[in-house]
Amino acid sequence: MEKGLLELTDVTVRFAGDSGDGMQLTGSQFTNTTAIVGNDLSTLPDYPAEIRAPAGTTYGVSGFQLHFSSNDIQTPGDEPDVLVAMNPAALKTNLSDLKKGGTLIVNVNSFDSKNLRLADYETNPLEDGTVEGYNVIQVPLSQLTNTALEDTSLSAKEKTRCKNFFALGMMYWLYSRPIEPTLNWLNVKFKNAPEIKAANEKALKAGYYFGETTEVFTTRYEVKPATLPKGTYRNISGNEALALGFIAASVKSGLPLFLGSYPITPASDILHELSRHKNFGVRTFQAEDEIAAVTAALGAAYSGALAITTTSGPGVALKTETIGLAVMTELPIVIIDVQRGGPSTGLPTKTEQSDLLQAMFGRNGEAPVAVVAPATPAECFSMALEASRLAIKYMVPVMYLSDGYIANGSEPWKLPDVDALPEIEVKFRTEAEGFKPYLRDENLSRPWALPGTPGLEHRVGGLEKANITGDVSYDPENHEFMVRLRAQKVKNMENDIPELEVRGDKDAELLVIGWGGTHGAISEAVDRARNRGLKVARVHFRYLNPLPKNTGEVLRSYKKILCPELNMGQLSKILRNEFLVDIEPFNKIQGLPFKSSEIENKIDSILGGNNGRK
Amino acid sequence: MAENKESAFSKVSADKQDQVKYTAKDFASSQDVRWCPGCGDYSILAQMQRVSPDLGIKKENMVWISGIGCAARFPYYMDTYGVHGIHGRAASIATGVKINRPDLSVWVASGDGDLLSIGGNHFIHACRRNIDIKILLFNNRIYGLTKGQYSPTSEKGKKTKSTPYGSVDFPFNPISLAIGSGATFVARSLDRDAKHLQAMMKRAADHKGTAFIEIFQNCNIFNDGAFELLTDKDTKPDHVLVLEHGKPMVFGKNNDKGIRLDGLTPQVVDISNGQYSINDLWVHDELDKNSFRAHILSRFDEMEGLPTPIGVYTQVQRTTYDEDFHEQIEAIKKQKGNGDLKKLLYSMNTWEVK
Repeated sequence: MEKGLLELTDVTVRFAGDSGDGMQLTGSQFTNTTAIVGNDLSTLPDYPAEIRAPAGTTYGVSGFQLHFSSNDIQTPGDEPDVLVAMNPAALKTNLSDLKKGGTLIVNVNSFDSKNLRLADYETNPLEDGTVEGYNVIQVPLSQLTNTALEDTSLSAKEKTRCKNFFALGMMYWLYSRPIEPTLNWLNVKFKNAPEIKAANEKALKAGYYFGETTEVFTTRYEVKPATLPKGTYRNISGNEALALGFIAASVKSGLPLFLGSYPITPASDILHELSRHKNFGVRTFQAEDEIAAVTAALGAAYSGALAITTTSGPGVALKTETIGLAVMTELPIVIIDVQRGGPSTGLPTKTEQSDLLQAMFGRNGEAPVAVVAPATPAECFSMALEASRLAIKYMVPVMYLSDGYIANGSEPWKLPDVDALPEIEVKFRTEAEGFKPYLRDENLSRPWALPGTPGLEHRVGGLEKANITGDVSYDPENHEFMVRLRAQKVKNMENDIPELEVRGDKDAELLVIGWGGTHGAISEAVDRARNRGLKVARVHFRYLNPLPKNTGEVLRSYKKILCPELNMGQLSKILRNEFLVDIEPFNKIQGLPFKSSEIENKIDSILGGNNGRK
Repeated sequence: MAENKESAFSKVSADKQDQVKYTAKDFASSQDVRWCPGCGDYSILAQMQRVSPDLGIKKENMVWISGIGCAARFPYYMDTYGVHGIHGRAASIATGVKINRPDLSVWVASGDGDLLSIGGNHFIHACRRNIDIKILLFNNRIYGLTKGQYSPTSEKGKKTKSTPYGSVDFPFNPISLAIGSGATFVARSLDRDAKHLQAMMKRAADHKGTAFIEIFQNCNIFNDGAFELLTDKDTKPDHVLVLEHGKPMVFGKNNDKGIRLDGLTPQVVDISNGQYSINDLWVHDELDKNSFRAHILSRFDEMEGLPTPIGVYTQVQRTTYDEDFHEQIEAIKKQKGNGDLKKLLYSMNTWEVK
């Protein structure tokens, strides 16, 4: 059958199924292939905290959304154009997000009475009008997969488990993607399980050919490669980029990388990734708890490592006292917080930006640290180098705020020229003559004097120190002096970090400000509003402490300021307090990233009527 | 036997001292020592400073780590490298130092509250890993720096400021805990037995792996006399059993008492009346690879009528965490070649945009 080929510029697909259905794998395979084809892309994995919630239930549904385009894109897309629902529960939890008139592909075999009951459907949604208005494509996925695998020796259960590869093959055909990258991946992954490999290959190919032969698809789509800046690209998630960034920082500083970590969602992948690269001399220590992880890092920093610890909000809470010790002992450590929904255990697998105030202030006493936050998955790489540079240069702990959204999300990354990456300068004190442990250089930093250096034997600790000598001191004047000095040290970094760059209209009525992972949604919303003639500008904070030098000036240049955040308004609080400017917070606390349309609508409602329009 | 043991365990991982000859004074820092006059900590510090010149460790390679408490002030008084950390975390800070720098000789000074209460988790995990650090427990069975609350080693019924009607907590047995956690060197000594304490410190320094010494230390302010039976020269012989490798367990003023193992039950026997002879006694084997005899020894404290053993309970050989950690890294480097950043970044599925 001859089928039409339709060119699209922009598609958002969501795969949804049981957490045991392999949706994350399906999504990431589709992503890798899409990256290799050369589209710009952005992904949003969304999975439950339970590893295998009871099959068929709504709380066990796992989803993976991918937005790909021949244009430059910023977000994983607001509403999917296509929803692949592997069972009734997946349909139930995802249908409301599907674009009106969008394509719904369902595994019709799973719509039996048991699964309908588990998903709390009283009647079959495929028959009772629930899916009216969508382009519904019913595919007997389980049955077709089983048929394709008839002559294999796999059990019925094992055969059924291959159905995600059938679905993947079908989607590859539908969007004109090659199946070879996944075939290559299967070759490596199941090197030692030839039967499983062969079955998955068969299912993948069967899905692909099904697309070609079936009459349910009348049209095939194509999304041309994006015109990205020249260079070599790979697809990368935030957690991967972060891990590679710290390896790069280790290479560029000449210091061994030491990671003290305790497994925690959504940060564990950094530990996994770094543990794979021991040939770089990376020292990964899986500690007995969060506190041991950071204290070991502090011990490593004292003895000369580039020391980091990776965790999420609850872990930061446990590390708090040690971070204070690092402030007092003036040792360089980087604390990576991949933020998730809180408080307490909260929403372990969902994203939020609610640890900003914890990062800024969550310690006893006056304990300032530097705080940085990358804006995109790929930026997690360069921010790792930057956090390391600041920690070492200023002998200060640095809080690195990532979040679940950019940690697990991925995008194409234009690979940097490795030789052009800046060196990170490290000065160890070796000269015994005139040495004091709390001497100050031009940045107020104290010398980094390593055990093993003759003549520099000294003690550091959590008790207040006299400046210069480092002796324990309870002197009132000295304490105030040291509190101010430690604050000044962090403040001094403002001369060493980039200023805010305002994007958009110079004469804008409204400035939209953001930080961290909301970058994509904000910039897309602002771009769209401007395309419709609204006068809007935006700035993005990558440095939260100290703030860029021109922050006050920028904030005071606009009549209205909107600050979308995935929290109750934490950046707004900090900026209002610091600069006495009025900022309108726009908050979402649902464990989900902003849709750019939500921000765009907010922009509209603020500018209202003709305000700001050309 | 004793000589064999020496050769098997005398390897020190830290740099051996070359020509430099130290005295005890070289290990004393310029800081004024601020423990209460009469505190047992003074003796522990003095013994450590006395043995340090003989350990064969350059002083710039020695690092003292502590947490919080009276004992935790120790690093300030040693003229070596040191970190006075936060409560309970000495062992984990030390672990970080040792992993990062296996060339250093890393020591922990800790109290019973610090090491066994707030820091209990790090202590058992250090023992389990057999990381090559030395842990001195200053056990005075009381919280001193917070002014006299009962500790995890205080006896049940102890009346303190926080337990005016007596504590209803059972205490930890630190030696049992260390053995149970897999520590490869476990010893006990007394603050008032300078020679013995020095010997134990030296043995700990020479041991490769986690070395643990419980030191009974008198807090003359809040728990004075807690160990008097064990330290007073009149009562000591009848209450303390000095463990010596390869020797039968004999004690008593006239060396007339001994320990005999009846099955798994230790009993005190009189070897002067002819019923039992020295040949019937339990012969201490600190190198016994099975820890159950060391366990029995560690439970003497809880058994009516048995003396309190001091000395080395057990010393076994096992690879250390830091050693295995770095051997693995070196093996991977050899197998994969030293990391190449460019290769790492560009090795995945990449594509060109022209």
